[in-house]
Amino acid sequence: MKNQPDTILLGHGSGGKLSHDLITELFARHFDNDILRQQSDSAIIENPGSQMAFTTDSFVVDPIFFPGGDIGKLAIAGTVNDLAVSGAIPKYLSVGFIIEEGFAYKDLERIVITMAKEIKKAGVKIVTGDTKVVDRGKCDKVFINSSGIGILDKKNVHISSGSHIKAGDKIIINGSIGDHGMAVMAARNDLNISADILSDCACLHDLIQSALEASDQIRFMRDATRGGLGTVIAELAKGKDFGIHLHEDQLIISEGVRGMCELLGFDPIYVANEGKVVMLVAAEDAQSVLAALKKHKSGTNSTIIGEITNDHPGKAWIETQVGGKRIIEMLSGQQLPRIC
Amino acid sequence: MKYIDEYRDKDIVLMLAKEIKKASTKPIRLMEVCGGHTMSIQKYGIPYLLPETVELISGPGCPVCVTSRSYIDRAVAYSRLEDVIITTYGDLIRVPGSTSSLDKEKAKGADIRIVYSILDALMIAKENRHKKIVFLGIGFETTAPSSAAGIIKAQMAGISNFYVYSAHKVMPPAMETLIDEGVLIDGYIGPGHVSTITGEGIYMNIPEKFGLGVVISGFEPVDLMQSILMLVRQFENADPKVEIEYTRAVKPEGNIKAQEMLDEVFEYRDDWWRGLGVLKNSGLKIREKYAMYDAEEQIEVEVEELKEPKGCICGDILRGVNKPKDCKLFGNVCTPSNPVGSCMVSSEGSCAAYYLYNR
Repeated sequence: MKNQPDTILLGHGSGGKLSHDLITELFARHFDNDILRQQSDSAIIENPGSQMAFTTDSFVVDPIFFPGGDIGKLAIAGTVNDLAVSGAIPKYLSVGFIIEEGFAYKDLERIVITMAKEIKKAGVKIVTGDTKVVDRGKCDKVFINSSGIGILDKKNVHISSGSHIKAGDKIIINGSIGDHGMAVMAARNDLNISADILSDCACLHDLIQSALEASDQIRFMRDATRGGLGTVIAELAKGKDFGIHLHEDQLIISEGVRGMCELLGFDPIYVANEGKVVMLVAAEDAQSVLAALKKHKSGTNSTIIGEITNDHPGKAWIETQVGGKRIIEMLSGQQLPRIC
Repeated sequence: MKYIDEYRDKDIVLMLAKEIKKASTKPIRLMEVCGGHTMSIQKYGIPYLLPETVELISGPGCPVCVTSRSYIDRAVAYSRLEDVIITTYGDLIRVPGSTSSLDKEKAKGADIRIVYSILDALMIAKENRHKKIVFLGIGFETTAPSSAAGIIKAQMAGISNFYVYSAHKVMPPAMETLIDEGVLIDGYIGPGHVSTITGEGIYMNIPEKFGLGVVISGFEPVDLMQSILMLVRQFENADPKVEIEYTRAVKPEGNIKAQEMLDEVFEYRDDWWRGLGVLKNSGLKIREKYAMYDAEEQIEVEVEELKEPKGCICGDILRGVNKPKDCKLFGNVCTPSNPVGSCMVSSEGSCAAYYLYNR
């Protein structure tokens, strides 16, 4: 910005001159595209002539910068992934910022630049946005909401509900679990833990796209964010006429994540991820999907971790690493606050 | 992870399972006293690996679970005082009191902070000289020495706005009371962390007076299976004794320095345990010498009238008389997100462990 301010002032959210400057010289500059450039009250977008997926998410992660990402990257990847796991191709995003008075302009710029980088990677456009500034102490640094629209091919409509799931389907995850949650926890100063853990935060649209190209028998997808893999699996089984069987020894958990979980008493299967998709695939296509996933940077460690079964309908069981068996329940209460 | 993976080795666990099956001819009921053991047993699916003759029951060794509702009520009352900051381990915050809980008070604006060590609480005291910092001292012989160390440290550093509200308890009286009361137990999987401090001596009464074996166990699946095997063998050979399986952490004499610190700061008092009632010399009170750090002595509050919830059988579960599934509230009215009894709150509580891993 020409006279770049040091900090965000209440006036930056006033709708007046300061707001205008912030929008044109920061947001519009980095997020620039033909639709946003219109600067009208609503974004006008083409009717794609197909079904659409629509999602929203708010991000309040603390700290806002953590190893492997920041709140901006999360805000883009989180919404892009919600669309992608529904089988949709992400197209348009909205972003809303709630900023605490006194927030460093440089930090905001850094976040906006990461977001710009991510949307470019994901091939999506930010077509509308909003900024509010609240008094110091009324929010913590910056909160971001992002919504997204994606185009959904008819043949993929069943994926988000999982209505085609059958006994025998294989369960695949695209790598290690627990990285995001533990990276954020380690980055919090109050724990005084130094650990070499990077958040797995990433847009998964292209990884998912190549899985969809490799097989037309992908039965279900969900990103394993808050509540982790365990909650996705438990939710999936609940009330269904099939059961789920997982193999704990097939789960990949990095040394750092395991160490921190030991220390803090967390079970890694309930720790948040931000770049992991749980995929159910017909058994005969599992290997080809696995091969397709492994070609991607965020899928090199993809593994089959379990299967759908006719036994114990409505319940998810895991064979533990020592050969015992236990049930997987949804995470209840809050294991980790403000993780995304 | 080194020093952990060895104790989670599937082949060793399965081999121990075979040995247990071979050794066990008569039905045996073993109580894991410690909540950490309960959690580990459920997490690794240990019951699934045991023969029908071996039954595991959970005991009273979850500090949050045995703590009285009136303790929570008093902590809630402290938190409502303008000049008080409550510092606590996370487990306690959701435990229901008579009409409120610490997390409800926190939502209403009380200054309640979760700490991972008493040293964090001391730090907060240093940074907030005009406030009274109350640390909720909860736990058995494992955490009590750190409360003692905190008080000694506060004295050395001249921190005078720091108080401990002690609910600390000691394990052996509860273990003896259970047998005395006629709970059917054939042996104890002895607490691992408590014993690192106390050593094995505190359990000697149990084989000598009551004829039951105690094996002090570690928390990994290999530890637990090995301890079960040792207890089965003792039982089959009618040779009850105190043995240490967890030799990599527990010395027979324990941690003398921690014991000395405990003794310096605390003295025994009769204390109330959920499910067991008042047990003689089972609680730890701060000695008069350190009374200026004792919240009960220094901070006066009015505490609401005690109300116990209807239908909750936490007490029977803690005594091993009933299992969580026997409770009418379990899983429908009482869940970890809406706990009625303390056993559903703590990550070491039997009900929480069963809810999460064995419904």
